[in-house]
Amino acid sequence: MTEKLSKKQDSPSQGTVPMVKAEGVHKSFGHVEVLKGIDLEVKPGEVFCLIGPSGSGKSTFLRCINHLEKINAGRLYVDGELVGYRQQGEKLYELRDREVSMKRRDIGMVFQRFNLFPHMTALENVIEAPVQVRGVSRTQARERAMQLLDRVGLADRAGHYPSQLSGGQQQRVAIARALAMDPKLMLFDEPTSALDPELVGDVLDVMRDLAESGMTMVVVTHEMGFAREVGDSLVFMDNGVVVESGHPRDVLTNPQHERTQSFLSKVL
Amino acid sequence: MTDIKKTAGEPGTPPAGPEAVKAIPVRHYGRYVSAVIAIAILVAIIYAFAQGQINWGAVPDYFFDDRILTGVGKTLLLTVASMAIGIFGGIVLAVMRLSKNPVTSSIAWFYIWFFRGTPVLVQLVVWFNLGLVFQYINLGPLYKDEWSDFMTPLLTALLGLGLNEAAYMAEICRAGLLAVDEGQTEAAHALGMSHSRTLRRIIIPQAMRVIVPPTGNEVINMLKTTSLVSVVQYPELFRFAQDIGQNSGAPVEMYFLAAAWYLIMTSILSVGQYYVERYYARGSSRSLPPTPWQKVKAHLTTFSSRKVTAA
Repeated sequence: MTEKLSKKQDSPSQGTVPMVKAEGVHKSFGHVEVLKGIDLEVKPGEVFCLIGPSGSGKSTFLRCINHLEKINAGRLYVDGELVGYRQQGEKLYELRDREVSMKRRDIGMVFQRFNLFPHMTALENVIEAPVQVRGVSRTQARERAMQLLDRVGLADRAGHYPSQLSGGQQQRVAIARALAMDPKLMLFDEPTSALDPELVGDVLDVMRDLAESGMTMVVVTHEMGFAREVGDSLVFMDNGVVVESGHPRDVLTNPQHERTQSFLSKVL
Repeated sequence: MTDIKKTAGEPGTPPAGPEAVKAIPVRHYGRYVSAVIAIAILVAIIYAFAQGQINWGAVPDYFFDDRILTGVGKTLLLTVASMAIGIFGGIVLAVMRLSKNPVTSSIAWFYIWFFRGTPVLVQLVVWFNLGLVFQYINLGPLYKDEWSDFMTPLLTALLGLGLNEAAYMAEICRAGLLAVDEGQTEAAHALGMSHSRTLRRIIIPQAMRVIVPPTGNEVINMLKTTSLVSVVQYPELFRFAQDIGQNSGAPVEMYFLAAAWYLIMTSILSVGQYYVERYYARGSSRSLPPTPWQKVKAHLTTFSSRKVTAA
């Protein structure tokens, strides 16, 4: 906790490179324009919440950050580097698949539907990427995986297959799996939306713990309580644009924009 | 009837939970009648065969004849080798068809269209007669020979069966690959796994669950289809059985003998298929279905416990 506070205080925005920076990001699927010019900045160590009605483009934007979706216009940077492209002079070169994979190693992602690998146990899910992608030895990866599973409270479930775990447990394994790659940035795509209400708390606790350790997190969520307590910045998106942004407490308690007000009145 | 009265009227042991429903089951008279008819027909057929002009004694005489055993071996060899060609070709074709490159995907489409659209027997004969098109085979410094020497009956049979099989396997593999949830690819990509690694470690193991059952079917089909290769002069079980039949004067008996061998082999394959399927079902259901042996053991224990309570 103290570590996080001190980290926050001595990271003024002018000196450090933003972890994520979007400049006029556009994205269309066919004729449907989903993102209509997104500008935002996520500072290192920050918990950045994206809220908004469904179809507002928040998940799409999140998926653009690790290049699961290609953007059509604008620039998107992660840790100062362009996402999916390389710029030489005026020209942009598309990155090869291998180069894209290299960059994704440092970005963890947690999905709404968990997407655990069903043919592997919880432990195997967590060690898969470190062993296959980073080339970590199996024993080392196993040791680290057990630590991570312990951290999300599932050390005793290491040998279970995903189908033998509850939704909340699966999502916590998914978080451990993402953390096993030691990412510098974690993306959460509505991590609790597919969960029974009583299981949401466990997952949010893990995320809170992660935030306190200083991880940079971009969280698409409908959990306003979480956004208010844990978030450092919040953006309200609607119809592919950022409508309002600021500190979660300010935006959630005192929304300025009419659209934000009507959304929050329905959600809160 | 008396049984119901007895248990209901017993005052000594009151039921622990709510009283179990004890009712006289509905009698399905239709079932008894159809069972009797089915058994009667079966008996009639068996009787007809037993009475027929068939020298059953010839079957055991030749059952383990050297030629028959050689034939069985060759049939198995053909099955395994052609399936290997088929599965390998099928995976390649499936990946080609799913590729974003329009040239490779249409070539794969064309291949499947052609080989699925013509009978195997015709394909075998065409392979056998390709000598009319190619007189020589010339692979530069590696190999050079007359076509008829190069295209032995074995090679003809393997190519004919294997290439045909590849077309079917391609569709099976494609269905398997498409059956895996897209979220799996995304999750693997998000972890920084490359395309090929995602395919190998994440997609194919899950696709196997869909691929294995129809592939088992294909193996069994292939085992039977090998009997066609006698047309390209490759001797296998069926051909040997036919030969023996003609020489020994018991042709029909030898067909029965061959049928029995095919049945034995397909039965063994089915057992193998069951265990392969079970292996790939890992993680897809909460608990694996019991193996037949486990089932037998379970039945034995319940049976014995029932006996104990009855006594």
